[in-house]
Amino acid sequence: MKKLNLIYPLSLALAVALAGAGCKHGPAKLTRLPGPADAPNVGDVPPVTTQPQQPQQVQLPTAPPISQEPPVGGGGQNIPLNPDGTRPPSNPDLFDGMIQDRAALAAYTVHFDYDSSVVKSSEKANLQSVATALGADATLKLLIEGHCDERGTEEYNRSLGERRALALREALAKLNLDAARVKEISYGKDKPVDPGHDAAAWTKNRRGEFVLLHPNTAKP
Amino acid sequence: MNTTMLNSLKLCLAAALALGSLSPARADQDIVITQNIQVLGQTKPIPLAIAGFSGEVLQVLKFDLYVQGFAFTTPDVAQYQITGTPGENVTGTVLDSIAKQPILARAYSGTTLRRQAHFFANDIVSAIAHRPGVGLTKIAFKKEIALGHGEIYVADFDGFNPQFVTHDDTIVAAPCWVPGKLAVCYTSYYPGNPDIFYQSLTSGQRTIVAKYPGLNTSPAVSPDGSHLAMVLSKGGSPNIWVADADGTNPKKLTSTLEDSSPCWSPDGQWICFATKLRERRVLAKVPAGGGEISVIHTAGVSNPTEPDWSPDSKWIAFTRQAGEFDICVVPADGSIPPTVLVPGEDPSWSPNSRTLIFTRRTAGGSYALSVLDVMTKQVKDIKRISGNDSQPAWAR
Repeated sequence: MKKLNLIYPLSLALAVALAGAGCKHGPAKLTRLPGPADAPNVGDVPPVTTQPQQPQQVQLPTAPPISQEPPVGGGGQNIPLNPDGTRPPSNPDLFDGMIQDRAALAAYTVHFDYDSSVVKSSEKANLQSVATALGADATLKLLIEGHCDERGTEEYNRSLGERRALALREALAKLNLDAARVKEISYGKDKPVDPGHDAAAWTKNRRGEFVLLHPNTAKP
Repeated sequence: MNTTMLNSLKLCLAAALALGSLSPARADQDIVITQNIQVLGQTKPIPLAIAGFSGEVLQVLKFDLYVQGFAFTTPDVAQYQITGTPGENVTGTVLDSIAKQPILARAYSGTTLRRQAHFFANDIVSAIAHRPGVGLTKIAFKKEIALGHGEIYVADFDGFNPQFVTHDDTIVAAPCWVPGKLAVCYTSYYPGNPDIFYQSLTSGQRTIVAKYPGLNTSPAVSPDGSHLAMVLSKGGSPNIWVADADGTNPKKLTSTLEDSSPCWSPDGQWICFATKLRERRVLAKVPAGGGEISVIHTAGVSNPTEPDWSPDSKWIAFTRQAGEFDICVVPADGSIPPTVLVPGEDPSWSPNSRTLIFTRRTAGGSYALSVLDVMTKQVKDIKRISGNDSQPAWAR
């Protein structure tokens, strides 16, 4: 802080020097302006001038196309459309074409310390339970969701949530769960489990959730 | 810089002491600064008086000028008098009260009354401060409509005329503009994964430019439009990558573990980002073509993140976290310590490098967008209709 205190006056001095002038004696008072009552018709003769001046006429262009119809929202070429041209909603029950089972592993949610992606040793039992549930059935896959509390900026937390999910994937790989069966997604602070703004909510929200993925046997 | 104005004695005294050219005793005399000293966050606003306008036109003029470093006062202490003529269109004059000279007289026609007022505000900023105004600029931002559901929007810089860009009804994030084009890039979870989209605002058509396994987010298009910086986790951790503008030829620039929020230097040579080095959170920069990472000095502030490099290349605005979030500005060369300005996060520079738009948490816990004049620290919320607005990006 000492260094900061020293540098600041220096920077101020620099700014003043750059501005090209220090303090000068100036007029003690500002000129009093004519009030609205004695102002002449400004369109014809501006106040306090010897030269009559017509306002410059400016014909303005219309707004750029962004503010014209049709609205900018559109479909994506690459997002398949329904036959009637509408957009299908993204299906929250599917992931990579697999069916999400959120209940199966809900009991094994892992929690993290503040601003940390270190998997705590106290979470070992949860991880072992997840690895066991996936077991040897290679048709089952796992989605790991990384989440954060609100105490971080949005994109920082999106990275932090990703690091948490990746750390869990690595921890599961050490328990012999093939990493190729595991996908991860970060929601940052966009999906808190508790919308509160206190320590209790934050503790719950700093988490990794496990979603079991079943093969989708129904043909599209 | 050649504007003459009365400035505060306090500033004058500080400047005199810092220069060592005047004794404190002399400051007791009737000393008046006749130069407007431009100190970040401490510059006095330019006093204006305004008369003859009403309704929407008056609102636009007052908002535009306030957030660009002007303050409204009574005619006897105003440096400039703005006077309007009643009528169907915006007609107004600006009088320099000290020089006793009119400096602007304009009568506008065409487009909307609102845009006429923005044009007049721009002309006032240009005539008095000799810099382009921001009155006709655009922003993009994230609107969270409900938890886990949002859309990317664009609007006028003051929040009016909002229009949706996406209609994905899912988590969207991190919009950025393609410089000089009516096009944006952003993250959408619509495909079931956070992927990066490019979307034209004139045709509405969009393409996915990054959809690797894991995280694809924080797009930032280079100033010349040729390249895209972003955060991808396909290498095993969230890192800074750069690719061609269409997403091809991705190249990993960093291997630090905790990277986020890339932005470009205006010359396109550097990508600045937030990371952690030797157990400290820092802002750093890396050559856009790859190379050594160097730290941007932000001594005295903790947990810097979300950098944005000003278009005139002089400044980097960023968020610091010390309990709550604050908007800070540091010279891009780190030559003097950062100035902490106001509470808020995720700043984005205006095209004229004088104003920031950022996210502010309201007393009720929701998020609103605010604009900040970095020299005077004058700040005002922009219009918000509903939901949580965040992650603003100023078109430039």
